[in-house]
Amino acid sequence: MNLQTIPIEWYLSLSAMLFTLGVIGVITRRNAIIIFMSIELMLNAVNLSFVSFAQYLGDSAGQIFVFFVMAVAAAEAAVGLAIVLALFRKKRTIYVDEVNVMKW
Amino acid sequence: MSTQVILFLVLGIGAIATAIGTITRRNPVAAAMNLVAHFFMLSGLYLTLQAQFVAIVQILVYAGAIMVLVVFVIMLLNVGKEEHSHERFSLIKIFGLIFAAAFVLVLTMNFMNHPSEYQALSSRALQLGTTENIGTVLFGQYLLPFEVISLLLLSALIGAVILAKRHVE
Repeated sequence: MNLQTIPIEWYLSLSAMLFTLGVIGVITRRNAIIIFMSIELMLNAVNLSFVSFAQYLGDSAGQIFVFFVMAVAAAEAAVGLAIVLALFRKKRTIYVDEVNVMKW
Repeated sequence: MSTQVILFLVLGIGAIATAIGTITRRNPVAAAMNLVAHFFMLSGLYLTLQAQFVAIVQILVYAGAIMVLVVFVIMLLNVGKEEHSHERFSLIKIFGLIFAAAFVLVLTMNFMNHPSEYQALSSRALQLGTTENIGTVLFGQYLLPFEVISLLLLSALIGAVILAKRHVE
């Protein structure tokens, strides 16, 4: 391998792998906080795609979008963790398979 | 291999390893620490892309603010290690992992087999990533979305306070 620069495909492939890891985390874990962290993993994988597209295509829109994604992630963190807290107070558990009040 | 490629490989493999750590650790604090390391790896990757502002904001917002909140909640709830659910190696889980691996493989092969015209960073990349450029674009062209996102943050703040309140009358 004699590469001097990195093609954009490498960043996109890495982003796809990280996103899939996040999806696996959301599907396989029971702890609500870890599911929550896996969602952050997915958001970050998408951010990586955004930044690499912005820097390879020479357009700042991608980086502005990353800024907005981060703001939404912060809002999601605040509300999501408040829900986890409220859930723990009501049910004494944070394992999502033990919470089934909305299961019909 | 140039330094750039070596740096990408080290940071990329580190990012994948810490992501795997995040989704496999049974102790939530260990998972959170893996996630913090993951954010630092990603910040390094942004630096290899010459996006300095995003790299710094990544550390400030994610590792600094969001993860502190997460660790706080973990400490507050004091949940121990997650015990395995009854059907640990169910058929669905195995099939899910196989399909996830196949999905990544297909996607990666497709990316690698169809090289795009973007083989190197844009010549404007260094100038695009500066705080000056981000500020100019954010407060010029994207001023309205910026104001809307501030409203979203305000509503999230109020929502979080109401949700976490002890007695709701």
